[in-house]
Amino acid sequence: MIKLTRIEKTYDSPTGAVKALKGIDLTVKRGEIFGIIGLSGAGKSTLVRCINMLERPTAGQVMVDGEDLTAMNEKELRRVRKSIGMIFQHFNLLSSATVYDNVAFPLRLAKMPEEKIRDKVEPLLKLVGLADKAGQYPANLSGGQKQRVGIARALASDPKVLLCDEATSALDPQTTKSILELIRDINQKLSLTVVVITHEMQVIKDICDKVAVIDKGVIAEQGTVLEVFTNPKEAITKEFISVLLSNDLPTAFRGSVVSDIPTPGSFLLLRLIFLGEKADDPVIAGMIRACDIECTMLFGNLDQIKATPFGRVIVGLTGSETGIQAAFDYLATKDVKVEVIGYVQRHAASAD
Amino acid sequence: MFSDMLPLLTKALGETLYMVSVSMLIATVLGVPLGVLLHTTDKGGILASPTLNRVIGAVVNAIRSIPFIILMVAIIPFTRLLVGSAIGTTAAMVPLVIASVPFIGRQVETSLKEVPYGLVEAALSMGATPFDIIRKVLLPEAMPGIVAQLTTVVIALVGESAMAGAIGGGGLGDLAIRYGYQRFRPEVMLATVVILIALVQLVQFVGNRLAKSLNKK
Repeated sequence: MIKLTRIEKTYDSPTGAVKALKGIDLTVKRGEIFGIIGLSGAGKSTLVRCINMLERPTAGQVMVDGEDLTAMNEKELRRVRKSIGMIFQHFNLLSSATVYDNVAFPLRLAKMPEEKIRDKVEPLLKLVGLADKAGQYPANLSGGQKQRVGIARALASDPKVLLCDEATSALDPQTTKSILELIRDINQKLSLTVVVITHEMQVIKDICDKVAVIDKGVIAEQGTVLEVFTNPKEAITKEFISVLLSNDLPTAFRGSVVSDIPTPGSFLLLRLIFLGEKADDPVIAGMIRACDIECTMLFGNLDQIKATPFGRVIVGLTGSETGIQAAFDYLATKDVKVEVIGYVQRHAASAD
Repeated sequence: MFSDMLPLLTKALGETLYMVSVSMLIATVLGVPLGVLLHTTDKGGILASPTLNRVIGAVVNAIRSIPFIILMVAIIPFTRLLVGSAIGTTAAMVPLVIASVPFIGRQVETSLKEVPYGLVEAALSMGATPFDIIRKVLLPEAMPGIVAQLTTVVIALVGESAMAGAIGGGGLGDLAIRYGYQRFRPEVMLATVVILIALVQLVQFVGNRLAKSLNKK
């Protein structure tokens, strides 16, 4: 649906040319929710504006639904942009127009007759849950309601693609959740292709199918959200994920020396990652039964990535060398990802 | 002595209202597009054209730097060419318009600058043309500010129209100088001052109300 090839964007600034994007390749399939995550200044906002050519790339090609946008003049671009909806961090609603008129705006641009506009706007306001606010001005709405108006406006011209530029960054966590649900909902109902720009891993985890991590104008890493979450390769990706999934040791061990070889009285700490339906298999119970070891649960968390269950557990093993080897062999037969943290001593005077 | 004052005052007030309203109307028709041009041709604007912007800006600044009383006299040949005479109420409107157009242009530009760029960007993302953006985004969004700014221009025009009395433009200023000052009739002077104050208060009041009713923020 969207194919970006070697996109570059250079800005002239008083201190010389600034390369915001340095050769981005990206493919978004029809019906997918594709997340682009990056720190501020990474180039993600520039990148999303290249998709609808609000920013013309300095080099590279932008294809949307089989059409080459980079080869188009302004007039052709105006036609294509009607099939690419966009929502913004600060909503960008007309303060001088009512909710109804804001949603009708793109239709009036297209010179649609007023009766047809009404038939279009009313169901859209119902879809976003604002049917009773049609006559209100944006100033009387909450942030979440304003973004709902933004979404209805973006959907008014029946787009094939929806671009979301930090659409939830100005909203509180509850409202963020409801807006993300709405976006996922319309993605499914209207089989809309969605590109989400964000700096919050939570957003990626909740609704995206694929993710690209952008850093200093290049894509550091990309793949399905499951892959990237369970097996991040780049430091920047791990950093984003660590906001959601803490990699700290349990408090009883924090600050202790981690050693590669057993020391007297130490625990071998393992991080086990369960994915999908396997997340509820009794792997640990099975391991204790099959091997001659002691196993202490130190940390456990069951989460979801989009709709896939995703569990993370830290266990501490004690036992003979052969017992521990047997445990490794047992875990290797199961559908569990094992990370060895190392041998760690429990604090002498632990508070918990 | 008061009986002869009333017809003088009503005639003068009529002339002032005529000068101010017609000048304001013409100046608005010319000044608002000028303000739009100043804003949109500026760097980063939807019709960005740095050279054009610099030229217009320089002309606007040049006219605005001439004191009204000098402008009025300096353009007498032009006024004569345009309306056939350099004296009288209609002739006085020529310098009033010329002085007000750049003033309105700058004021409108200032109001348009207040419209967040995000709104322009949103309209562009929906396939709006530059003309759509001017008509449906910039002007409606800036309207409360523009109305407030235009109120200031009307008040400035009331003051300038009084100066226009000096070239026989008529109106309240003319009356105050000829009767109040030159013929030593302080009561005429006082009456014109009172009327001018009332007029300015009324303009400001109406302007404020209108700007407020347009502001939906």
